[in-house]
Amino acid sequence: MLRPSSSLLRRGHGPLWRNPTVRALIVQIVLFLALAIFIGFLVHNTLANLDARGINTGFDFLDRRAGFSIPQTLIEYTSNSSYGRTFVIGLLNTLLVSAMGIVLATVLGFLIGIARLSPNWLLARLATVYVETFRNIPLLVQILFWYYAVLRALPSPRQSLSLFDTFFFNVRGVVMPDPQPLPGFTATVWALLLAVVATVAFAVWAKRRQSRTGQALPVYWIGAGVIVGVPLAAFLLTGAPLEWTIPEMAGFNFRGGVNILPELVALWLALSIYTAAFIAEIVRSGILSVSQGQTEAARSLSLPGAITLRKIVIPQAMRVIVPQMTSQYLNLIKNSSLATAIGYPDIVAVFAGTTLNQTGQAIEIIAMTMAVYLVISLTVSFLMNLYNARTLMKER
Amino acid sequence: MNDQSAYRTEMLPPRQAPDQRRGIGGWLRANLFNGPINSVVSVVVITFLAWCLWPFLKWTLFDADFLGSTRADCTGDGACWVFISARFESIVYGFYPEAARWRVDIVFAMMAALVAWLAIPRLPYKRWVGLFALVGFPVVAWILLSGGYFGLEYVPTRAWGGLMLTLVIATVGIVGSLPLGVLLALGRRSKMPFVKAVSVIFIEFWRGVPLITVLFMASVMLPLFVPGNVEFDKLLRALIGIMFFWSAYMAEVIRGGLQAIGKGQNEAGQALGLGYWQRTGLIILPQALKLVIPGIVNTFIALFKDTSLVLIIGLFDLLAIIRAGLTDANWLGFSTEGYVFAALMFWVFCFAMSRYSQYIERRLNTSYRT
Repeated sequence: MLRPSSSLLRRGHGPLWRNPTVRALIVQIVLFLALAIFIGFLVHNTLANLDARGINTGFDFLDRRAGFSIPQTLIEYTSNSSYGRTFVIGLLNTLLVSAMGIVLATVLGFLIGIARLSPNWLLARLATVYVETFRNIPLLVQILFWYYAVLRALPSPRQSLSLFDTFFFNVRGVVMPDPQPLPGFTATVWALLLAVVATVAFAVWAKRRQSRTGQALPVYWIGAGVIVGVPLAAFLLTGAPLEWTIPEMAGFNFRGGVNILPELVALWLALSIYTAAFIAEIVRSGILSVSQGQTEAARSLSLPGAITLRKIVIPQAMRVIVPQMTSQYLNLIKNSSLATAIGYPDIVAVFAGTTLNQTGQAIEIIAMTMAVYLVISLTVSFLMNLYNARTLMKER
Repeated sequence: MNDQSAYRTEMLPPRQAPDQRRGIGGWLRANLFNGPINSVVSVVVITFLAWCLWPFLKWTLFDADFLGSTRADCTGDGACWVFISARFESIVYGFYPEAARWRVDIVFAMMAALVAWLAIPRLPYKRWVGLFALVGFPVVAWILLSGGYFGLEYVPTRAWGGLMLTLVIATVGIVGSLPLGVLLALGRRSKMPFVKAVSVIFIEFWRGVPLITVLFMASVMLPLFVPGNVEFDKLLRALIGIMFFWSAYMAEVIRGGLQAIGKGQNEAGQALGLGYWQRTGLIILPQALKLVIPGIVNTFIALFKDTSLVLIIGLFDLLAIIRAGLTDANWLGFSTEGYVFAALMFWVFCFAMSRYSQYIERRLNTSYRT
């Protein structure tokens, strides 16, 4: 009688080290020991060095007074605030420039990606030149260029370039009107929230209705009307409770209005323009990845062009576009750390820069900074995997 | 036979191509003005080009100054490229001692020859040249650049700078991250849970953080990791950080290639009685690496661009040298020229690499597309 082959393996012919299972175990044990020894060596050296140099350890420093000022703070901060507060300030500034960059880069990237596919020869070439130029120049060079060659070359506040006498551009940044909400403005905010919730509910209902009866409703138009109209109505009914302070020249500087740092503008422009070049390529490849047959099939069913685009081409292109796009967004967030080169107060410049120099607690601070980016990256990849699992092509 | 045959007996005279398709006018009509929307778009684009391209050309070329050696030679309204030409030596060599610059030239020449040899598909002995580029060349380049052996004057890495330093960082990054990336990619696909876990953690960690923080870590934390009395070169610290960082990206690219190789390849190798390293080295990797050459080149491009980040930790690469030149009291106010030139230098390298990667993609397109 023949033995089943698995028992042949288990009985182990030949020497023990020839057995794959044993060998895998040995390899892993060796790797584990090597890593453990290496890490132990590093920890031992680090502790000895920290001790020898008299550097504190632990996170007590977060409660101590920072004593330096930060040019852009989204929440309350003075030089009497703690080092822990500088971490939050830097993080918020990073998130601000990232969010601004993501919006502009997406808009610009979609426009340029579509322009590259344009039947107009000139427009397509122009878009190609844009992509090939900006993605092949290091982001740092672009940031420095925008900051030093463009924004630093603007005139002094007295000779500001102005747009409609409400926006002013000068060497200290952009000054623009500052909206001041008066009491009663909260009604508008609530109306907006309500409108969004109502629109989502309506869209869900309309979709159910369509799959039940086959009748489609103009969800986009109704939704857009509700989201714009309801808050606008609330705003006007409560008597337009918003006051714009228009910047005015007073002495050597502007009074009123908000001043946007030139560092923020330079970083924002450079990040958006650089990332848009990559997004444009992603959009282009996404649209090209939808096979011609899909459009032709839609046409043979006599679907109109707009519906073909919205219901056939874009959903399939999105499957290609979205995962790559999120990785570009992540790159943008990580690249925003180049802020430190021009002194925009992001988390790296403020926390891993000034705070690190003042406290000397390199290990804790670098670890916290890296943890921020890691958490953002891992969260986004997790969400991305969920999305991928949902939109994966349903194959037979 | 009567002459009312069903077919012609003589050829028709050739007709002229439709009028609209011929000549420059026809081309314009076909590509730019075929329809009202396209015509409007074309006019807008042409206006835009005239509005921004012409001043740019005037500034960079027609009104610019090219000749001279001092600031006084900048007389035109446009760019003053004298700023670049006066500092060209330092842009290329950094602070490298003048008497020893021939050594840098030799390394440049060797590098150019090796890259050309590897890049041109027709040349033979790729494997040996590649092996030399990965193993022999770094040693030779190190001996030549650093000196201290064979009677060559010792040049500390502090004195390295400019284009030369950029190329050194890029080369070490590429040469170091590729093999490390291969190992990590294999580790990530390994069936051994511990090996796999270590690889995944390593890759995801480096991919999750920005290079800046890695460089900060390399410059601030690495000295704490070694025994107190060991001198740790600043350039070396940056190089270690860059190598680890990019090896994670390389690993993901290579993993893509490994996944594209059918299971049957591995099983066929097993059936022939080949061991793991034989299967990997002789069957899997040659196919997988060939598949992802474009991805690898794209990673090289990203790595090359990001070498400019070392300026933040105080190394004088191409960009940092130009930036340092801008603070020279004799040459204040030329930042536009400086940054445009830096952009151009980086662009030339990156564009060449991206073109090469597209060329390779087209060449390899034959066998793997269905």
